Amino acid sequence: MTAAAAKAQPALTQQEAFVQFLLRMGDNTLILGHRVSEWCGHAPVLEEDIALANIALDLIGQTQIWLGLAADVQGEGKSADDLAFLRDAWDFRNLLLVEMPNGDFGQTLMRQFLFDAWHGLMLEQLKSSSDERVAAIAEKASKEVAYHFERSAETVISLGDGTEESHNRMQAALDYLWPYVGEMFLSDEIDAAMEQAGIAPDPTTLRDAYDTRVSDVLAEATLTIPESRFAQKGGRTGQMHTEHLGHLLTQMQWLQRAYPGAKW
Amino acid sequence: MYAQMIKSEATQDDPEKLAAFQARIDAGEKIEPKDWMPEGYRKTLIRQIGQHAHSEIVGQLPEGNWITRAPTLERKAILLAKVQDEAGHGLYLYCAAETLGISRDEMTEMLLDGRMKYSSIFNYPTLNWADIGAVGWLVDGAAIMNQVPLQRTSYGPYSRAMIRVCKEESFHQRQGYDVIRRMAEGTPEQKKMAQDALNRLWYPSLMMFGPSDKDSVHSAQSMKWKIKMNTNDELRQKFVDQTVPQAEYLGLTIPDPDLKWNEERGHYDFTDPDWNEFFDVIKGNGPCNADRLAARNKAWKDGQWVRDGMLAHARKKAARKHAAE
Amino acid sequence: MKNEWPLWEVFIRGQHGMSHRHVGSLHAPDAEMAIKNARDVYTRRNEGVSIWVVEAAAITASSPSDKGPLYEPSESKVYRHPTFFDIPDEVGAM
Repeated sequence: MTAAAAKAQPALTQQEAFVQFLLRMGDNTLILGHRVSEWCGHAPVLEEDIALANIALDLIGQTQIWLGLAADVQGEGKSADDLAFLRDAWDFRNLLLVEMPNGDFGQTLMRQFLFDAWHGLMLEQLKSSSDERVAAIAEKASKEVAYHFERSAETVISLGDGTEESHNRMQAALDYLWPYVGEMFLSDEIDAAMEQAGIAPDPTTLRDAYDTRVSDVLAEATLTIPESRFAQKGGRTGQMHTEHLGHLLTQMQWLQRAYPGAKW
Repeated sequence: MYAQMIKSEATQDDPEKLAAFQARIDAGEKIEPKDWMPEGYRKTLIRQIGQHAHSEIVGQLPEGNWITRAPTLERKAILLAKVQDEAGHGLYLYCAAETLGISRDEMTEMLLDGRMKYSSIFNYPTLNWADIGAVGWLVDGAAIMNQVPLQRTSYGPYSRAMIRVCKEESFHQRQGYDVIRRMAEGTPEQKKMAQDALNRLWYPSLMMFGPSDKDSVHSAQSMKWKIKMNTNDELRQKFVDQTVPQAEYLGLTIPDPDLKWNEERGHYDFTDPDWNEFFDVIKGNGPCNADRLAARNKAWKDGQWVRDGMLAHARKKAARKHAAE
Repeated sequence: MKNEWPLWEVFIRGQHGMSHRHVGSLHAPDAEMAIKNARDVYTRRNEGVSIWVVEAAAITASSPSDKGPLYEPSESKVYRHPTFFDIPDEVGAM
C-alpha cells in the first residue's frame, strides 16, 4: 500500500479499532498455538512433548476467548470459529514472529521465549484495561503465560549454555528470529485509539521492560543479541505476511473450506 | 490390544520360591519391584509393558496427523489434549517398566530398531476426519476393554499405571463417539466419511485383541501370573457385542455381512479378521509401518542435541554450585 | 546408559491440609526441570497444589525381607484403626 492510499482510507471507528486490537491478540495465540501443536508426537523427549502440548492448549483456549470477543464486538453474528477458519491471509493480524516455521526444537523454543516475554508484559498491562472483558481475559491468560515464560526462558538458558552444538543452534535461532522482535513494539492509529480509551497500552512503552527481561535471560544463556534493530513488519497490520502463513492456513482451514456449512 | 502376542518367558527358578510366588499372586497380593520374582515374570512384563508404552507413543502419530486440520477450535483442543494424554500414558508405562531394571532409553532404542513391537492398529492410516472419531470410538474402546481388568494385574507399578490411565482415558472413547456421531448425523459427505472410517477400521480394531485363543500359545502362563486377565477371544466378543448397537444407533453399517445376533449364545456371531493380514502387519508390512518408525526415529535423532544440551547444562550448573560451596 | 536424563519420583499434595503422595515418576536433567515437568505431566487436570521431586537414585527403600520386623508390630495395634471400635448406631456418624 502506498502512503497516499493509506491516507485515503477513512479513519476507523472506535468499534472497528477495538475489533482490530482483539484480532491482533487472538490471531497471535491462534497461529502460535497451531505452530506449537505441530510438535505433538515429535518432540525430543516425552516430557517436552507433553509440556509443548500444554502451551498449545493454553494458547488455543485464549484464542477462543479473544476471537469470541472480537466476533461479539464486530456484531455480524460470526463465531470465533468463523474468524479462525474462514478469513484469508490478508485478514490475519498476528505478528510475523508467530507464523515463522518451527524449525528445530531450538528455533521453536526461541520463538516461544521471544513471544512469551512480550505476551506476559502485554497481558500484565491489560489486566487494568478499562474494558472489563479484556481485563478478565488478561487475568486468566497472564497466569498461563507467566508459566510459559518461565519454562521457555529456562529452556533457552539451558540449551544456550549446554553443549557447543546446542549453543550454536540457539544462537542461530536467535539470529534468525531477532528481526521479527521489533514488530511487537510498533504503534499505529489502532494502538493510539486503544491507548486513548484506556483499553490497551501503547506497545512502544513495553520495549524497555522487554529488553531488560530478554537480555537477562540471553546473557545467562551465553547468547549474543544481534546488533541490528531492523524490524520486519506487516503482520499486525495485515499489509504483508510471510509466505509461511498461507500454508499454515491451507492446512488449518481445509475442512471448513472444502465442506462449507457442515457442522463438526 | 496395545500388547499383542506377548511371548512369555519360560522360567527356571527354584520350585519352592516359584510356588511361594504363585501363592502370593493367587492370594491377590501385589508384587512390588524389590520383591523376588521369577526371571520369566520379569522379562514377560518388560515385554508387555514396553509394548504397551510403545503403542501409546506410536499411537500419537495417526491421531496427531489431524491436529493441524481439526475443523473447529474446540475439536482441535480436545484432540490435542487427547493425544497429549497418550504421551502421558506412554510415560507412566515406561516408568512402570523401568522398575523392572530396564531404562526408557533402552526400550526406546529397541522400538526404533524393531526389536520391540507396538500394536498393529497404529500401522493403519487416518484418512479423513471421521477416522478421529472412529479411533476414539473403536480403538480406545478396544483398549479400555483390556485396560480396565489390567488395573487388577499382579505387578504393583503396572497396576497403578493402569489405574491412572483408565481414569484419564474415560473421556477418550466418548469424544470419539461424539465426533463420529456428529458426522453420521451430518451432510451426505460427512456420512460418507463416517462409513468409510468404519469400513477401514473395523477389522483392524478386531485384530487389536490378538490372534484367536487356539493360536495364542503364551496366554496360559501370563494368565496364571495375572498379567493377562482375559483371553483374546473373550475380549473380542465383548467388544463386538458392545459396539454393534452403538453402530446401529449411528445408522452406520458394520462391514460384515455375516454379523448377526445368536440367540442361543447370547452373543453376536461375526467374521474373524484376515489373520494373514494381521501377521503381515506385525512383520512390518502394514500400510504405515515404515512411516511410523521413520517418524519415531526422526524425533529421537533430531532430539539428541536437545537431550544432551539440557543435561550438559544441568551438570555445569551442579558443578558451579558445588564449587561455590 | 550414555546420556539418559535421571529418573525422578514425584510427590504431589492434592489439597491443602493433605500430605504429599507419590504419583509417579519422570525424567528430567535436574531438579528444577523435574518440578516443571511434574507440573506438566502430573497436574494436567488440576491435581496438585504442591510438588516435591526427588531423584529416584537417592531413595533408600526397605528390603522385602525386612517386611516382617518393620510392619508386623503395627499389625497387632488394631486399636489404631477406627473400625476397631464399635459405636452404637444411635450415636450417628463418627
